[in-house]
Amino acid sequence: MLLAVASAAGCSSPGSTAGEDAPDQETPAVAGGTGEAPDCGTEPVTLDAYFETGFPLPSVLAEEFSTQYPNVTFDIREDQFAVLTQNAPRVLADDPPDLMRLPQVSNLAEDGLLKNLDPYAEAFGWDEWPASQLEQLRVDEEGRRGDGPLYAMGLNYSLTGVFYNKQLAEQIGMTEPPSTLAELDAALQAAKDAGLTPMAQFNGGATGGLAFPLQALMASYGDPAEINDWIFQSEGATIQTPENVEAAEHLQRWVDAGYFADDVNSLDYAMMMSRFIGGESVFIFNGDWESGNLDEQMPGNVGFFLMPPLEEGGTFGAMSAPLTFGIAEGAENADCAAFFLDWVATDEAARTIGVEVGGSHPMGPADAFMPEVDPDTVTAQTLEAGAALGEQDGAMDFIANATGSIYAKGWTPNLQKLVAGEQDPEGLLAAVQAEYETEAGN
Amino acid sequence: MTQIDVGSAAGGVGQAGVEAGTQSRRRALRARRLRRGGVAYALIVPAALAYALFVLRPLGLTLQFSFYEWDGITPSTWVGLANYGALLTDPTLFGPILNAFELIVFFSFIPVALGLLTANLIRGIATSRLAVVARTVLFLPQVIPLVAAGIMWSWQLSTNGVVNQILRLVGLDAVTRAWLGDFDTALGAVGVIGAWVLLGLCMLLLLAGMTKIDPALYEAARIDGAGPVREFFAITLPSLRQEVAVCLTVTIIAALASFDIVYISTQGGPGNSTLVPGLEIYYLAFFEREVGMASALAVALMVLVLAVVLPLQWLNRESDR
Repeated sequence: MLLAVASAAGCSSPGSTAGEDAPDQETPAVAGGTGEAPDCGTEPVTLDAYFETGFPLPSVLAEEFSTQYPNVTFDIREDQFAVLTQNAPRVLADDPPDLMRLPQVSNLAEDGLLKNLDPYAEAFGWDEWPASQLEQLRVDEEGRRGDGPLYAMGLNYSLTGVFYNKQLAEQIGMTEPPSTLAELDAALQAAKDAGLTPMAQFNGGATGGLAFPLQALMASYGDPAEINDWIFQSEGATIQTPENVEAAEHLQRWVDAGYFADDVNSLDYAMMMSRFIGGESVFIFNGDWESGNLDEQMPGNVGFFLMPPLEEGGTFGAMSAPLTFGIAEGAENADCAAFFLDWVATDEAARTIGVEVGGSHPMGPADAFMPEVDPDTVTAQTLEAGAALGEQDGAMDFIANATGSIYAKGWTPNLQKLVAGEQDPEGLLAAVQAEYETEAGN
Repeated sequence: MTQIDVGSAAGGVGQAGVEAGTQSRRRALRARRLRRGGVAYALIVPAALAYALFVLRPLGLTLQFSFYEWDGITPSTWVGLANYGALLTDPTLFGPILNAFELIVFFSFIPVALGLLTANLIRGIATSRLAVVARTVLFLPQVIPLVAAGIMWSWQLSTNGVVNQILRLVGLDAVTRAWLGDFDTALGAVGVIGAWVLLGLCMLLLLAGMTKIDPALYEAARIDGAGPVREFFAITLPSLRQEVAVCLTVTIIAALASFDIVYISTQGGPGNSTLVPGLEIYYLAFFEREVGMASALAVALMVLVLAVVLPLQWLNRESDR
């Protein structure tokens, strides 16, 4: 019976048509190959765009772009990031958008679903920007990131660190951000002693948010470049280094000391935000995508610092990733979409929107125009921190982006176990490495 | 079956002429039957097409995919039974399957036991308005979409949710916890949500079964001096054997193939303590992009469900004889 059903379903092997249609991605043509930078022309163009729900930045940029270039209109579709992640390959293959918010790019690039942006990078001069900005968006033939052709661009690049409630910090005698890890430990202890919740970090459901402090600790103990190598799946990379074990042990000490809320294993991201905004958490590990929101919700009351180094003046790092957008290999208006991406990084109005709406640092050359920001805002502090990180060359991608499900199957369950005392620091790293090898081996 | 009923009902009256011979009459009858049969088949066609398109075809495709290594987009590779081999040797799959069996207690045994109890109580007060209210209230969870139910319950079970508020009110502060975020209680908490949803269905099915029990049996039992408990075990329960079997079948399938409640309330966490095969299939297909492996697990899950449910059906039929 089942065999009959199987034959009824048709016998061609799955995916065979997609293979035949896969376009040749060796020689992308740019604006007739004259070396002139492409643009949107003067004829009416409709850019088919696929954005992420809940983040207004791309839509606001699109609106401004249409004002400056009236012949261009946007046909925008939005979905939640989880939906985008699951559907990205299908959408890129079946209904190629001109502009799309992308999850991790390596598989998509490997499958030939994304346009190689190198010719555009050359035409627009993106290759003269600080290389670290675009590193995460380069994918080589083996699907490893960090090197090779450029397959996506950022609208800006985000930065993570520690946000703190200034009023509560004053209450525990913390008048300025800690400059060493030991000082941070002391501040956490002071918060605990004062009867406050030091950190209501999210770590529930499928979202192991303790990966934020863990990776920050890893960068204070070790070298951010090595962590990047692991994320980019470099040959022989392992997460089980002595430094990372020390970092995980440090995290374990925070758990044991009760610096995290009792119920972190049931907190999701939204709950963390509402507790922090409600003054129920002194610190949280989070990213500057919340800067604008926090300036609005708790004006003047939020501070930000990067995870401090082990010793004063020592090295440190932070997760920093571009807000990734790409062009489908089969996109109809690729030139115009690329022109838009360049405009986002270079136009003054666009960069102002990037900072004010997005809260993060725009892409582009180091000396490019920056809008004025009120120095009392947390946005100003995150932008400043971004500059300091750039000098350090301490930017890392997120350890949850190493493989498709390393977050869901590796980090999240094991970090939750660490909190519950069912996993030790070395076991945590070993379990994640094992999951990494099964997946990267494919 | 349908066409025979239709055929005999219409054919029996027949205007078979007196003048016609037996042979031609028989031939005419047969032709008519065939015609009626044709109509009946034609009536089935839309449903059959939908069934083939939306049930058989996906089933067949799943089976086919399970023999390939495929990421869902690029050309696939035929790997034969390798995916199934990997299933059998992967120790990380035992956890989810064990969890699914544990969920049977909550999704199946508790709703059926409570369903029997409530249905019996409601039958006792059948004429009062309270019975209608009780029936409606208990069946309501069936009407609420599972996603909404999952979200509602995850609030109720959170640190400051209703459940903990009530516990604090009665002085049980020590027991309060984030029920869905605690390794010891997460699976049970998910099970409670399932029990809450499925209780209404079981109760309604059992109540319907009770109405067909001959009241004379109860009268006879009462004359013999049987109390309510004796009545329940001697008359109600044996008469409801078939309904109980149906309830068990439906709820066991719900437990083994569970996905939505778990996905909404815990996503398998904390630390895989509520991971079930349904969720594992989803992660394999949409996060790891191993469509072949996910399909193989889906087929295996189907076989597992059948292996548990078919003996139940068989037992039920045997005891009917």
